[in-house]
Amino acid sequence: MSQSGKVSRRRLLRTGGAVVATTLVGLAVPARAQGVAPTPSMRGGSNNYRPGAPIVERIGGGGFWMTGTVRRAGDGAPLANQRIQIWAHTTEGHERDPQSHGATLTDSNGEFRLEMPQIVPAFGQPHGHLAYDSGDFKTVFLRPIMNSARDKTLAAHFVLQPV
Amino acid sequence: MMRAKSALAWAALTFIVGAPIAVAATSPYLAWRDPIYIIAGFAGIAALALMVVQPLLVAGYLPGVARPTGRRWHKWVGITLLGAVILHVVGLWITSPPDVVDALLLVSPTPFSVWGVAAMWLIIAAAVLVWMRRRLPLRSQTWRRVHTSLVGAALVGTVLHALLIVGTMGTISKWMLCLVAIVVSVKVIWDLRIWQWRRS
Repeated sequence: MSQSGKVSRRRLLRTGGAVVATTLVGLAVPARAQGVAPTPSMRGGSNNYRPGAPIVERIGGGGFWMTGTVRRAGDGAPLANQRIQIWAHTTEGHERDPQSHGATLTDSNGEFRLEMPQIVPAFGQPHGHLAYDSGDFKTVFLRPIMNSARDKTLAAHFVLQPV
Repeated sequence: MMRAKSALAWAALTFIVGAPIAVAATSPYLAWRDPIYIIAGFAGIAALALMVVQPLLVAGYLPGVARPTGRRWHKWVGITLLGAVILHVVGLWITSPPDVVDALLLVSPTPFSVWGVAAMWLIIAAAVLVWMRRRLPLRSQTWRRVHTSLVGAALVGTVLHALLIVGTMGTISKWMLCLVAIVVSVKVIWDLRIWQWRRS
């Protein structure tokens, strides 16, 4: 709960900051969020990580969407073609199972979306795992929690720090 | 009349202990869990359920199980409870080692883990206290107070652990089991005058 709360607060601040910046600079100029802080790894984020999950169209039979954004620390610029690895305990396997893992790339807006099987509660919370671990930026592991076990989507946002 | 009362008491206990287990057994989440994970989960539920039975046994409140017998059973049920806790932790460790290592090292992201781990150590401490009873230079009342403190704190930890978890247990039956465990424990602590809050 607190983790997802943190994300939405961060999102709120980020959005609010962008609105203020836009207003000050003038609507014609694109929003420039100054000094966007890098996302820290979450506790337990790397649990059951299997490095090198293949880039896939979708994980298993799908039906659930993992979404998010990847941006650069500092200027907040969206990062395209970044590889995000995703895994979870789903209706098709435990976290450790290879078929529960997959990866996708961000588009030109720094956004990613990967269809996967429905996440089901495991170890007490319905949660997913995401990793950025490609070397150009510092490695980040996220472990977002679903507000409800019935949710059909889960979002996680990365702000990466160049190495 | 006595027989009817006794049957009713046993039926009530069977319901309070059995209903949460039966509800959990119908959880849709079970379909997506390996057998060892399912066993680990039910071992945890069983340990919580036995915490309702333990004070009733030691106080001799179960019809047909008067105090000397009840205290003997209390010991064996206690050993079973310890076994259930070990099965719970080992089963979860086999299912997902890093999650259990995080929990045991108190760095887990899940707030309920720390309560579960605390309860586990308290139960182990209570068991060691039982094992060492004859060798410890404690007066029997002091021993009883230490034992009661350990298992009482273990119950609180277990209840917080269980209530914070989104898992196979049903919400209503889980709350019922937790509430009954606490009410029964408080009543027995009071009745047996573990701490002499009242004059005899």
